[in-house]
Amino acid sequence: MNLHAVRAIYGFEMARWFRTLGQSIASPVISTSLYFVVFGAAIGSRMGAIDGVSYGAFIIPGLVMLNLLSESISNASFGIYMPKFAGTIYEVLSAPVSAVEVVLGYVGAAATKSVLLGLLILITARLFVPYGIAHPLVMVGFLVLTAITFSLFGFLIGIWADGFEKLQVIPLMIVTPLAFLGGSFYSISMLPPLWQKIALFNPVVYLISGFRWSFYGVADIGVGVSLAMILVFMVACLLVIAWIFRTGYRLRN
Amino acid sequence: MESIISVRGLSKSYASGYQALADVNLEIARGEIFALLGPNGAGKTTLINIICGIVNPGSGTVRAAGHDVVTGFREARSAIGLVPQELHTDMFESVWATVNFSRGLFGKPRDPARVEQVLRDVSLWDRKDARIMELSGGMKRRVMIAKALAHDPSILFLDEPTAGVDVELRRDMWAMVRRLRDSGVTIILTTHYIEEAEEMADRIGVINRGRIVLVEDKTVLMRKLGTRQLRIHLLVPLDAVPPALGTFGLELAAGGTELVYAFDAHAESGSVATLLRRLGDLGIEFRDLHSTESSLEDIFVNLVRERP
Ligand SMILES: Nc1ncnc2c1ncn2[C@@H]1O[C@H](COP(=O)(O)OP(=O)(O)O)[C@@H](O)[C@H]1O
Ligand SMILES: [Mg+2]
Repeated sequence: MNLHAVRAIYGFEMARWFRTLGQSIASPVISTSLYFVVFGAAIGSRMGAIDGVSYGAFIIPGLVMLNLLSESISNASFGIYMPKFAGTIYEVLSAPVSAVEVVLGYVGAAATKSVLLGLLILITARLFVPYGIAHPLVMVGFLVLTAITFSLFGFLIGIWADGFEKLQVIPLMIVTPLAFLGGSFYSISMLPPLWQKIALFNPVVYLISGFRWSFYGVADIGVGVSLAMILVFMVACLLVIAWIFRTGYRLRN
Repeated sequence: MESIISVRGLSKSYASGYQALADVNLEIARGEIFALLGPNGAGKTTLINIICGIVNPGSGTVRAAGHDVVTGFREARSAIGLVPQELHTDMFESVWATVNFSRGLFGKPRDPARVEQVLRDVSLWDRKDARIMELSGGMKRRVMIAKALAHDPSILFLDEPTAGVDVELRRDMWAMVRRLRDSGVTIILTTHYIEEAEEMADRIGVINRGRIVLVEDKTVLMRKLGTRQLRIHLLVPLDAVPPALGTFGLELAAGGTELVYAFDAHAESGSVATLLRRLGDLGIEFRDLHSTESSLEDIFVNLVRERP
């Protein structure tokens, strides 16, 4: 195991983030704050509680998940796409590193950033809405697992993408709609029966439901099922990454 | 000869179907400076990239520092430093950060003193805190060299190191290459300038259209370079070279109508006059004389000329 290499890649990626820390965190924090102002205070005050949770508090887990998904994907995809684009990837390819070390470095850094950002959003939310966390350890577990899983997914997108449009297209066309339809702003049980069934095909539903359970102890779906879904997706990403490194797909011509 | 790099039966076709390398065999000795000479598109970069792990090999085997570059990639790559043809750098990084990054990436623990030495060696120490985007092209190339040397490789690849490089950097670079060689580093450089290969290399390999067409000690090649040929067109054909001319090592050509005399232009000045006098003594009359000079340039041009 080349731990020096893991540390070098991880440190490089984190340094890149800290260099632009203001931009990196300002936009998600500002946009989330706006959500709380609009949905939490303005609209939320006219909405009834859901499952005994005030609307402002109800949307917090979903909003954190939305940010976690998009930040994980964009951080990780950008992290590996840029060296490909700039040509500096030659150095990683010629280095004595295995796929495991490359993934630990890049995906580890991307996941770290999104976890930090998720925590920051939780703190920001506390300024607008009083809320408690029923199962803090489970909450952190979901945060970390989701960050890792979607950073892996972003890493895949970054390797697959051979242009900036492709880098954007999957987050924009697939992930954002799924995330918005994933129950950030409503409980799945509020949907008509047919749509409840359809919603179960949306993986994000499981994430948000499980994550919300860790806050308020209520969920649309059993928390074990949620956890299993994340793990399945994570393993799927790992398998594809293993295949990529074995064949050199889009990396070694 | 102990090979530090051994390429056997290496072929490579890109996804486009283009065959960039065809059955390449090459042995590089430990501690030598080897110049891979070939025109643009000959496959030099492809060969280097395969040895360094950037491009997947097609068929064949490649070993570096005693390890297969695929199955023993860790050991093989740890021994190699690469300065690629293109200037690929992280524009926003500082010189110091990027060189330390390279050292870590290649599995070496942090060592600020060593990195300082590397930066001093390429005259970059006073720019260590500069961001790479602030540097000139020549400085960026020095950064690339420093990155390649940061983990103390025993094999250094320089892919077209002097393309677009000013005179000063070129001189510095050659001095550095010699220093590295003296410290035991094996150096493989590619170039399409013959003078460069001549000036620097211990051995020269010529590659064309994905095939190695010649590998030769430079001194041997230089001897060929210094070889001149005198063709003497005879009036009356001969059956054999007269024994009296035995010391000249003559050959008969063109059905006995030509005597061919190959000689070293530097070492044997005056020998032509002697030969001609002898011919006169023997009553061998000639119609014409034709003298040719083969340069490395000629050899090169002949080797890489379009082949069927
Ligand atoms: N990634 C690639 N895909 C397809 N063809 C390539 C690729 N890289 C190089 N080639 C082709 O392979 C040949 C050899 O290229 P290269 O090894 O870069 O030559 P050199 O370094 O000697 O100039 C060229 O004809 C080039 O166009
Ligand atoms: Mg080249």
